[in-house]
Amino acid sequence: MKIALLGNPNTGKSSVFNLITGLRQQVGNFPGVTVEKKTGALHIDDEAHTLIDFPGTYSLYPRSKDEQVVYSVLSNEKSEDYPDVVVVVVDQSNLERNLFLFSQIYDLGLPTILVLNMTDLALRNGLSVDFEKLNAFFPDARIVSTNARVGMGKERLLTAIADLSKNTPEKRSPNPVCSIDDILCQEREASNRYSFIAKVVSASLSTVEAEKKAVVTALDRVFVHPIFGYLIFAAILFIVFQFIFAFAAIPMDLIDTSFAELGGWVSDTLPKGVFSDLISQGIIPGIGGVLVFVPQIALLFFFISILEETGYLSRVVFIMDRLMRPLGLNGKSVVPLMSSVACAIPGVMATRTISDWKERMITILVAPLMSCSARIPVYTLLIALVIPKTTILGIFNLQGLVLFGLYTLGLVAALLVAVVLKFILKSRDRGFLMLELPTFKSPRWGNVGITVWEKVKVFMLDAGKIILAISIILWALATYGPSESMRKNIALAKKQAKALHLSEAETNQRVASAKMESSYIGHLGHFIEPAIKPLGYDWKIGISLITSFAAREVFVGSLSTIYSVNETDDVNKRLIDKMRAEKRADGTPVYTLAAGASLMVFYVFAMQCMATLAVVKRETNSWKWPLIQIGFMGVLAYFGALITFNLLS
Amino acid sequence: MSSKLSEIKIGNSATVTTITDSSIRLKLMEMGLLPGKSVTVLFRAPLGDPIAIDVNGYILSLRLNEAAMILVDEPSLVIA
Repeated sequence: MKIALLGNPNTGKSSVFNLITGLRQQVGNFPGVTVEKKTGALHIDDEAHTLIDFPGTYSLYPRSKDEQVVYSVLSNEKSEDYPDVVVVVVDQSNLERNLFLFSQIYDLGLPTILVLNMTDLALRNGLSVDFEKLNAFFPDARIVSTNARVGMGKERLLTAIADLSKNTPEKRSPNPVCSIDDILCQEREASNRYSFIAKVVSASLSTVEAEKKAVVTALDRVFVHPIFGYLIFAAILFIVFQFIFAFAAIPMDLIDTSFAELGGWVSDTLPKGVFSDLISQGIIPGIGGVLVFVPQIALLFFFISILEETGYLSRVVFIMDRLMRPLGLNGKSVVPLMSSVACAIPGVMATRTISDWKERMITILVAPLMSCSARIPVYTLLIALVIPKTTILGIFNLQGLVLFGLYTLGLVAALLVAVVLKFILKSRDRGFLMLELPTFKSPRWGNVGITVWEKVKVFMLDAGKIILAISIILWALATYGPSESMRKNIALAKKQAKALHLSEAETNQRVASAKMESSYIGHLGHFIEPAIKPLGYDWKIGISLITSFAAREVFVGSLSTIYSVNETDDVNKRLIDKMRAEKRADGTPVYTLAAGASLMVFYVFAMQCMATLAVVKRETNSWKWPLIQIGFMGVLAYFGALITFNLLS
Repeated sequence: MSSKLSEIKIGNSATVTTITDSSIRLKLMEMGLLPGKSVTVLFRAPLGDPIAIDVNGYILSLRLNEAAMILVDEPSLVIA
């Protein structure tokens, strides 16, 4: 049996979903749209059911793409998600508004279960619902009460579902639904419905207090305070980033080293050959390259889902809305953009909460311009290379100042591009806020855990295969080349090493360097040299630009290979020495201030991250947007670097 | 006396009379804000915009330009 789960936002719908399906969940998209569809498996008395979680909505009639799904599925019996039974979750403490959606769905004539959730909150507010009287208005519905946050009511709900599956009632004849464009019909319906609901509520709801009032808590006053509101938000961001930088690095290093060791072990164990190389140098590092992002994604979503569960996130939207509006964004874009300072992947994934299509696209497109943690190794290497260690104005460390400047450049670029996109992207919808500020609750750790697990799973399965495929291609291009020139170069490197009486390790480095130079990527590096020469780069830098499309930090590793720097000792220092000594054909140094600064600017702007690309493809459900993103970021990077190089040389 | 919801002072209540903009009328009605309802302005965001109002026991936030499309009757002060 197919069961649809519906309800207003903030009614505890996902708690109900998690309560009865546990971890047997799958995340995908509704057909043809990028609206998240969660399905859960359910077994009652040896009967298998599928529970489909629909986006939270206030009405059957849609105003966003998320809500469109509800209308198009429920108004079309041929839809593959058309349910046999509908479960509507209703917040008991806000009965009137919640019954609006429920009565619309009830009128569709499907077998319906009404779940009265948040019993505790309602009782605390002095509300109690008379089930029999409520049922009298909706005679064909089954009413179940739950308190899903504390796990109460699971058995009752399962019994009701089992009951309906054993003796499924005939579909009642539905009341006509207004067509999606007929606003007048919908307004009439809304008026009539609320008059009807007023009767229902006054008959079935007993209030202790005379009139129901929203409670403005002390927390609200602090969180939206002109000074403390922003201070608290800044403090929370600070704590989150501290956690990510302090704790994500440990598992990330562990993943890095263990996959390197695994690759080494496999290449020692398997018989030498292409197959062994493919596994040990292509596939294993590729999988490692996917897994290495998991700690950051997990930590960020751990915090984001806590902020969401407690109701704090909507206060952030409330205080940031006015500031983000000139950029064509709303307050909901703040968290994805801030997350991107750690890593753009969870940032892009966090845009799911933005219901307006245009605002969501702008946020996704500009998120990778925020300087992420993968740029830090590139920035620090280049700064140490070309920026002198001096202080200016007596107090400012010049190197630190440049690093700060690079972060600022990324942020400013993101905001400016957002403004431009605001005018370019066309959208039929006008941006609205109309946001409910839910009551504060303590987070339910089960929900937080499930969210983290799901985001990690989606990343590994959907984005992971693209990342793996690209990294294998990049590996193959860097390993193989026209055999003639490769053999010649390797022989030459060995001969030189022998003449210089180098140790075995040093000889191997020379060979690796020669191999890379004569590989297909090496040839590509030569091929693009005319295009990057105006930026101040030579073909060796060109090679590193291509390989670091995998991930920005690969730039450092690639240069180490090219300049034959041993990876075991202080790589950065030795690499910097080698780079300083690197000369052009005419004897001038390669890494001048102009070339170094040009590279820094290039890395601020360029979309050098296949993982982000894969996630954007997943989140927008097409290759169009990631390609546009590569394009405009590439143009920014090229011309930014070109201008920088010419200004400084 | 008829005025806009965006002009109501914090802490004051008013009764909705009409929603002038047809593009937001339906959505507001569906969220429980319809003519005849009494609403209370609860607080404002730091820059004065958006505002938070009490609609029938829950907190709804609206941008000022959205609130300006909602006409309300503010009950005249009763002098005891």
